[in-house]
Amino acid sequence: MKNVLEIKDLQKQFADHNAVNGIDFVVEEGKFFSILGPSGCGKTTLLRMIAGFLEPSSGSILIRDEEMIGIAPNNRPVNLVFQNLALFPMMNVEENIAFGLKRKKLSKEVIEEKVAAILEKVHLKGYGKKEVSQLSGGQRQRVAIARSLVLEPSILLLDEPLGALDLKLRETMKIELKKLQKEFGTTFIYITHDQSEALVMSDKVAVMNNGVFEQIDTPKNLYSNPKTSFVAGFVGESNIFQGKFTQNDTVVLENSLQLKVICIEEIKDTCKVYIRPEAIILMPEKELTDLNRFTLDIKSILFDGSNTKLLAIIQGTKEEIQVSLPQNRQFSHIKVGDTIEAAVHFNDCKTYRA
Amino acid sequence: MTAKHIGHNMKNATSLGFYIFLVPIILWLALLIVIPQIELLIMSLRFENDDEIMVWSFENYKEFFNNDIYWLTFLRTAMYAIFVTFLTFIITFPIAFYITKIVNKRYSAFLIILLLLPFWVSELVRVYGWTILLRESGVINYFLQSMGFTSSGIEFLYNDAAMIMGLVYTSMLFMAVPLISSLEGMDDSYIEAAHDLGASKLTIFFKIVIPYSASGIVSGSIVVFMLTLGNYLTPNLMGGKNSLWFTEQIYNEFIASLNWNQGAAFGFLLLALSSFIIWLGLKLTKQNLSKALS
Repeated sequence: MKNVLEIKDLQKQFADHNAVNGIDFVVEEGKFFSILGPSGCGKTTLLRMIAGFLEPSSGSILIRDEEMIGIAPNNRPVNLVFQNLALFPMMNVEENIAFGLKRKKLSKEVIEEKVAAILEKVHLKGYGKKEVSQLSGGQRQRVAIARSLVLEPSILLLDEPLGALDLKLRETMKIELKKLQKEFGTTFIYITHDQSEALVMSDKVAVMNNGVFEQIDTPKNLYSNPKTSFVAGFVGESNIFQGKFTQNDTVVLENSLQLKVICIEEIKDTCKVYIRPEAIILMPEKELTDLNRFTLDIKSILFDGSNTKLLAIIQGTKEEIQVSLPQNRQFSHIKVGDTIEAAVHFNDCKTYRA
Repeated sequence: MTAKHIGHNMKNATSLGFYIFLVPIILWLALLIVIPQIELLIMSLRFENDDEIMVWSFENYKEFFNNDIYWLTFLRTAMYAIFVTFLTFIITFPIAFYITKIVNKRYSAFLIILLLLPFWVSELVRVYGWTILLRESGVINYFLQSMGFTSSGIEFLYNDAAMIMGLVYTSMLFMAVPLISSLEGMDDSYIEAAHDLGASKLTIFFKIVIPYSASGIVSGSIVVFMLTLGNYLTPNLMGGKNSLWFTEQIYNEFIASLNWNQGAAFGFLLLALSSFIIWLGLKLTKQNLSKALS
């Protein structure tokens, strides 16, 4: 597969800090690529450099093998969907979508045709004459995307466009965005701080922190094999334990609880162990091997529908641990104050430098 | 008490409050504007006939159309007021844009205060300030003479250019404030989005910035136009006796000729003119008055 975007050693220094600190990556044609990171990690700066609103301090940006440095935003084959969408309030839906086409000096008939076609594609047929203020949040979203996609850009950049929507709508829009991307076949680069958005929609996700990419991987790999402690902590939920590393892949937690672990990085002395709540097995069968076994005192039940968890203390320690309840109601009898056997597989105790 | 009763009482209470606040406005409008205007309207329709008896007549209005100097002054005033409004907009818009969009947000409040500062001084003093600068024995002439550019003083005052400059200067604030407030409300992302969609800087200005700030432009223009059309002080002091501003005709009728009936008729013509031009302006630019003033 051909690369649509190739970024080489990209850096951006501001007066007081380095926002982007040497990033290399490629995006393949037609993929949904997400950049996931906490606010202030430099992801917006990176996006604005690709769009052309910021000049990088050094490095290069190649789109379809063409150097983009020094080219103004209006001459780049990329379009950006803004966080607040930036639909022009003085224009109706049609005029908003036609704005970019008019700048290309296309004939009136061609513009009308293209606008009608794209409105149909984003399921807004017949909405052309409506004012932007008459649309719902989800519809505005689709107009903003249509306004950019109608120009047939090489890459569509999306700057947390779902951030302003309420939870229910966000869930629907996630699926819709993914579908739209498939239908159009355009490469999407999507930045977000919401890991669920990134995991659900993307073909590949780059996790960004302090101006660098910590890991670029498929959502599944990112979740199950995080390469750094930052990724392990940022993507998905984890129980995190501080401990001391001893020989034979064993970590001694405070209060002398010993865990057999798997080391992701080379570790000298102190370390952190990351355990996913769903990796903990309740009432494990006696004959299972390769497990760290311990006993839990149930402190409380954090009810959250399908995402309900137990908050427990590992007996003999002061360590708190969250445990996902399996879906099959097998353990719905558990009450606060109960004591229960539990275990976790060695490979699910991922250990990083502290 | 049922919920319906409570709702009903609440409604009574709000309407009482509504009337209490309405009374001063009604009084203000009635006593200071409506009643004097009616009085003037009646006055403008009264005419002293050859038998020195006051009769109802349109004679005062006819006088305006029969005498060239009146309606030519009238036309000249209207044209210059439109020109001054336009010029004020052209000069003020870049300032407003600079303050709201280009300069660091920290300094914009300071710059707005700098802009406001001269307007804490009365118009009279400000206009005299200009005359001190521009008159034959004024500051500018002093420097020109001391640097040897001219041996005798040049009279910069008492011409149309000086008058227009004075009118623009007096009006600038009334254009700047609505422009700044409407540009402040404009998110920078609109400009960036347009740029991203392929628009050049010029297109962004005409297709995004101007339409977005249309309401501010309209309200600023209306205020500046009305103030300019009704200005007496600046045309008189900076344009001199030749300024031929229509307000001077009204003044002359009231004060010099003591013909209040004629003056009242001129006053109403000026009111009709300004209303008509504003209506026409709104129609031509497809703007809505209530939208512009909201």
